[in-house]
Amino acid sequence: MSAPLSADLAQIGKSVVIKGELSGSEDLYVDGQVEGSIALKNHSLTVGPNGQVKASVEAKGIVVQGKLEGNVQASDRVELRKSAVVTGDIATQRISIEEGAYLKGKVDIQGKADKAAGK
Amino acid sequence: MASVTHNFMKLFRGSSGSTPAETPQTAQKLTRRSSGLGELARLWDQDTPLCVLDLGSTSAANIRFFTGRGHKIYSEDLLVASTEPHLVTKDEQGNVVLDSRRFLADNLLYPASHFDVVLCWNLPDYLDESLVRPVMGRLWSVLKPGGMLLAFFHTKDAGPDSPCYRFHIVEKDVLEMQRIVMRREARRGPTGAIHTAIADGFRLQRVFNNRHIETLFRDFASIKFFLARDNVREVLVVR
Repeated sequence: MSAPLSADLAQIGKSVVIKGELSGSEDLYVDGQVEGSIALKNHSLTVGPNGQVKASVEAKGIVVQGKLEGNVQASDRVELRKSAVVTGDIATQRISIEEGAYLKGKVDIQGKADKAAGK
Repeated sequence: MASVTHNFMKLFRGSSGSTPAETPQTAQKLTRRSSGLGELARLWDQDTPLCVLDLGSTSAANIRFFTGRGHKIYSEDLLVASTEPHLVTKDEQGNVVLDSRRFLADNLLYPASHFDVVLCWNLPDYLDESLVRPVMGRLWSVLKPGGMLLAFFHTKDAGPDSPCYRFHIVEKDVLEMQRIVMRREARRGPTGAIHTAIADGFRLQRVFNNRHIETLFRDFASIKFFLARDNVREVLVVR
């Protein structure tokens, strides 16, 4: 499966390994390895089928097809596709989980009021 | 009516004629009424958010059910976790067992008295013998005093080929049961390791009788049995 091509989409290919803090103001597709933290406040993160992310993640939308280990905070929605393996707590407004996805962690659905109150 | 009864009784009996190669890839879903779940239902509508631990396969339906009511749900598939290859060890007699200490160092890592409800589903029947008691001990400690645990146990009439199901809550006392299907492809587990055990499915490890169940939950304050018509006992225990 290849990543959707877009002018506003940054891609980390499957042979790329990154350790450290990742932040940005465009959507990000990770099919390689990232260890550390990822912050994309108003943009989306997609972990591709080969992606292995070991990081705390903060983004507007998060789609996981590969492996993600770390706590996840999405201001809009989280999608776990059938091949997703997620270990960590998820806080989001909306979540969809395909059959076959694996999740080890807490799911906390936060309403806009909760977010505003910082709960 | 006869076919409905026939299907109903097959739920926990399994199909002795099937082999993994013949098993369809599509997961058949069946529904059943659950008295134990119905007993828990009075908790769901209370104003105080509950902490619920679901130990079955990750279920979007269960997550929706609880989060939609303002509760917090934790998901942890212990059957999958028990297939980690690094857990395999030998006991003093040289028998191959799973290392329960290592298992508990990797799983069920929660503060004491954290959960109001633990949904065990059919975990004790399918979990490796060496892990059952340690896991129940840990579950006792992570449950709040007064917290409840729901588990299902096959009766001896269920038969050794009883399929392992994942459970989705569809109504307060109704479950959708989805057979854990054989997969031709291997699957990555939480550590990235390939799990062939998933590909082979899970087998019923034992059949607990009432006394075994009472012993298993002897540290709990109370125990309630619900005998269903489909060769399964539902057990609701209170810490």
